[in-house]
Amino acid sequence: MAYSDKVVDHFNNPRNMGSFKKDEEGVGTGMVGAPECGDVMKLQIKVQNDTIVDAKFKTFGCGSAIASSSLATEWLKGKTIEEAQKIKNTDIVQELNLPPVKIHCSVLAEDAIKAALADYQKKSDTEPVDTK
Amino acid sequence: MKLPIFLDNHSTTPMDPRVLEAMLPYFVEKFGNAASRNHAFGWAAEEAVDQARKQIAKLIKADSKEIVFTSGATESDNLALKGVVEMYKEKGTHIITSSTEHRAVLDTAKSLEAKGLATVTYLPVDKDGMVNPQDVEKAITDKTILISVMLANNEIGTINPIAEIGKIAKAKGVLFHCDATQGVGKIPVDVQAMGIDLMSFSAHKIYGPKGVGALYVRKRNPRVRIVAQMDGGGHERGMRSGTLPVPLIVGFGKACELCAQEMTAETARLTKMRDRLQTDIMAALEESYLNGHPTNRLPGNLNISFAYVEGESLLMGMKDIALSSGSACTSATLEPSYVLRALGVGTELAHSSIRFGLGRFNTDEEIDYTIKKVIEIVTKLREMSPLYEMAKEGVDLKSVQWAAH
Repeated sequence: MAYSDKVVDHFNNPRNMGSFKKDEEGVGTGMVGAPECGDVMKLQIKVQNDTIVDAKFKTFGCGSAIASSSLATEWLKGKTIEEAQKIKNTDIVQELNLPPVKIHCSVLAEDAIKAALADYQKKSDTEPVDTK
Repeated sequence: MKLPIFLDNHSTTPMDPRVLEAMLPYFVEKFGNAASRNHAFGWAAEEAVDQARKQIAKLIKADSKEIVFTSGATESDNLALKGVVEMYKEKGTHIITSSTEHRAVLDTAKSLEAKGLATVTYLPVDKDGMVNPQDVEKAITDKTILISVMLANNEIGTINPIAEIGKIAKAKGVLFHCDATQGVGKIPVDVQAMGIDLMSFSAHKIYGPKGVGALYVRKRNPRVRIVAQMDGGGHERGMRSGTLPVPLIVGFGKACELCAQEMTAETARLTKMRDRLQTDIMAALEESYLNGHPTNRLPGNLNISFAYVEGESLLMGMKDIALSSGSACTSATLEPSYVLRALGVGTELAHSSIRFGLGRFNTDEEIDYTIKKVIEIVTKLREMSPLYEMAKEGVDLKSVQWAAH
């Protein structure tokens, strides 16, 4: 099985790999997957004035899972919350040229985005208004 | 040093140039059919086949008349199980095998079950992957006609107590088949001392050509009979019809001869390289776990799980080293190695496993390179792993409520 050039590039040069402090202001964290399934993704966004100003990921998984989450952080940066909601797993499949057996990696990345956004919104509902 | 490095010698092996040299005359010059009894072309082919049969039999301490040529170990396994079940169906229909067998045995057993031709007991293995001979003894009933246990496992290299199982089989009057594909040519095999009645093995695992294998079928004490699964000209004493692939058989014979001559030296060399690979990697990387038996394993085998990193990504990070993983990331079922699962290795560690298979043509320089690369990539991927981060923060990963998908 050959990997697409884009998957290889993201794997060798992961974008935005790392972590924010979970309790930092404006940070939303999404963690999806399970170790026994062979992939776990942690995706974090940092939001200011409704815009995602930074994003980070850490992934346990195959090359395609790492590439999917790396690409997701790239796409998230600069998007508003509303725009970020619209990222679909099929966009990731297309961009990375994922084979059918790796589609679940893109699904996981979409789930991670949704989870991070939901976490941010949950936090911002309870946080002081001045972060908005 | 040439890249990529081949460290997947359990899957197949490169052919030894000496084997190729022995085969070459039998393609164009001596092309005869070994079954042609009436002319010199046939005689030359038959002579070559006889010679190979002797070389092969000698390696496993058998008589050359007990070697039945097949297309490979998968066919041999099929012929042994199906051939015995069909031949001895009046006597019984029960088979005993183990849960870590190669799929050529497991799927054949399952197929016999599905057709209602046999009932099968799949014995568990211990944490090192070993079958307990007492379990075999306890599983035998008056309907048991066959025990099938592998000599050495293809993933973890663990060597089973074959002689003990053979003794039990003999005492109970049950036939004993051994899938010895990974063991023949690598460790001493003696079908007499081990009490083996049928044994499968192939040429391409021992630096011979692909496409040829053998089934050893005992001729006396007891005389084993099997029903042929291929009908035709009645070759191989009626057990396997089909024109013999003379060049492949000549190569198989030569490969066995070389293994017999070089086994002691090769075992010493491979064990030394393998031990160094194991020691250096495991000393540098915390939470790396050996899979399989610590000492009782094939000289060229090493199987390690690296906690918090996934196997396929490890392979991807070492593109210039050919290795294999127990990870299931490419399989549709998402089920990792059933062999590792049978040892009680957790699913997450099974996903994190790498199999190193060292062989005749690997060098110390290649091992040095591999050690360096493995340490590099595991370290890099752990930095990328949320699980490693959590473990470092003191989170017990088992206590986390994962959203399984």
